[in-house]
Amino acid sequence: MIQDTLTADPLAARSRKPFLQVNDLHVHFPTDDGLVRAVDGIDFTLERGQTIGIVGESGSGKSVTSLAILGLHRRSKAKLSGQILLEGEDLLTVSDERIRRLRGNQMAMVFQDPLSALHPYYTIGAQIVEAYRCHHDVKKDVARKRAIDMLERVGIPNPNLRVDHYPHQFSGGMRQRAMIAMALVNDPKLLIADEPTTALDVTVQAQILELMKDLQKEFGSAIIIITHDLGVVADVADDIIVMYGGKCVEKGSVDEVFYTPQHPYTWGLLASMPRLDKVRTDRLDPIPGNPPSLINLPSGCAFNPRCAHRSEVEGDRCRTEVPELLEVGPGQSARCHIDVARRRDIYAQSAGQKP
Amino acid sequence: MLYYIIRRCFAAVAMLFLISIITFGMFYAGPTDPARLTCGKNCTAQSIAANRHFLGLDKPVTTQYAEFVGGLFHERNYPDDPVFIKNNPDKVTHCPAPCLGYSPLQTQLVSTLVGQWFPVTLSITLGSFVLWIVFGVGLGIVAALRRGRWLDRSLVASSLILYSFPTFFIALLAYNYLSTQWQIFPQPNYTSITEDPAAWLQGLLLPWLTLAGVYAAGYIRLTRAYMLETMGEDFLRTARAKGLPERTVVFKHTLRAALTPIVTVAGLDLGGLFAGAAITETVFNFQGMGRAAVNAVNVFDLPVIVALVLIAALFIVAANLVVDLLYGVIDPRVRLA
Repeated sequence: MIQDTLTADPLAARSRKPFLQVNDLHVHFPTDDGLVRAVDGIDFTLERGQTIGIVGESGSGKSVTSLAILGLHRRSKAKLSGQILLEGEDLLTVSDERIRRLRGNQMAMVFQDPLSALHPYYTIGAQIVEAYRCHHDVKKDVARKRAIDMLERVGIPNPNLRVDHYPHQFSGGMRQRAMIAMALVNDPKLLIADEPTTALDVTVQAQILELMKDLQKEFGSAIIIITHDLGVVADVADDIIVMYGGKCVEKGSVDEVFYTPQHPYTWGLLASMPRLDKVRTDRLDPIPGNPPSLINLPSGCAFNPRCAHRSEVEGDRCRTEVPELLEVGPGQSARCHIDVARRRDIYAQSAGQKP
Repeated sequence: MLYYIIRRCFAAVAMLFLISIITFGMFYAGPTDPARLTCGKNCTAQSIAANRHFLGLDKPVTTQYAEFVGGLFHERNYPDDPVFIKNNPDKVTHCPAPCLGYSPLQTQLVSTLVGQWFPVTLSITLGSFVLWIVFGVGLGIVAALRRGRWLDRSLVASSLILYSFPTFFIALLAYNYLSTQWQIFPQPNYTSITEDPAAWLQGLLLPWLTLAGVYAAGYIRLTRAYMLETMGEDFLRTARAKGLPERTVVFKHTLRAALTPIVTVAGLDLGGLFAGAAITETVFNFQGMGRAAVNAVNVFDLPVIVALVLIAALFIVAANLVVDLLYGVIDPRVRLA
């Protein structure tokens, strides 16, 4: 439980193996059009009770990473390499049966659109009961009681009645709560939430995020939240990974990345957000261009065609050499050729320039 | 829900009335004259007129129709003349309700004839149905699960071939090779199941195979398509993410969603087949309703035609209603009322 991670001695905590450790994960899809490099070398660690946010545009490889952790890629369609160590166990090398036992049990996933993610022909109760009985050998009425408890825990009113309702009889927010209930029914240690609030209104979004934070405090689960919404990340995550073109371009704690971002893409993301506390100008400030095709990635740095600061680097390095992910501060890394000190200046200038 | 069923039943009855009116009208506008055909040898104009009166065909069409409808609820006598009935009681044919009419060309009550034809059709239809569902849907599922591999491709190709040939061709091929030449199957003929179940089964094998083969070909393609469509759904990804074994994901989650449209199609096909598979019955020389309908149209035996059309319509309407209700049961999102 949470007590495990709250040891008095920080040194001992660091030397212990992390709860989840992803090392150099590659997920490639060989297709008729070419090799799609959906994830091209991702590393991160996660502890119990912590939340990490994976941020990026559509097609940056965020969901592919989470499906790889759960082992939901078909071996015939995807080529995976690297390591995914869950409490020391490498999920990429274990048997299918072992990972099936972990799925839904030790690690669970909440999907984006609960209306299409839930089976339309079975009641919510039946689906939660199924998730529970899959991993616990209990009688139906015991499982049903557990389902009702979970529905109550996630804040669904009248759970005794609603347990026998079908997904289409719930509103969007309630459906997502029900899906969270289904994911948490087996007390998983790892929860992956793939854009859990994208399909919901903003007010409902806030409720769901609060719910997830409360449940994390209660269960002590590690959460990976995947989103393209920086506001969501700022609200719930402790650490953040910014993905672009299948690679991690910046990672660090949320405070560091939001207040002192070290990558031009992150600058672009933060600048594109409409903000209430700045003077309104006529136009928003988007990043020009489009996300790269994962089959034909640009040579060198994947972001270079859209980067406004390419001239800061001498020669043509941005176009020819893929930058390494280098540490730029305590616990913060970024993948960029521009000199670290120069990057700090540029951001400070542009931050100061903004009205 | 109850109101829905009642409404549908009323609509069904209204439709049956409409069909009967149209059928009556259509065939009464036809060229043949049953009075002439059944008056025996040496027909003079007088004897034809007498026969017409005897058969009740000199009454206006509307009266004849009204008598037909009335006959569904109370018994009728052929001929209807009370004087004749009093004088010649033994020459009167008595038709209990529901009376479907009297065929002068076959000199029998239509109900009796249908009673002979229907079991034959029923045997052929039900047996084929079981076979084509088991093989058509079963192989369709296999093809979808093994998509792209040689088993899938060969199933799709062979079903396309089977599907392309007309029923009579398949029937003749089967009859010629499987029964006559190679003697794998016995000579097809109809024996009532109450008489000799073993003979009943053996005699029906060829018609079953023919009909099931033709329908199964279509159902393999249909099932495969619906399965593949369902296999791309998000809720299957959720099911796998819950840690369910693949067997459960396929048979409980995928199949349930994929089979719903198949239930609809199968119900409608079955309803249609209850009217008789004319070609199959003709090739194998079975006296079923389909064959009888073709014969009756050939000789313009109106009472038989009307009765068979109405029975066919009744089955199709009933099948439609059942299928709609079933859909509402299987898919909770469908609201019928």
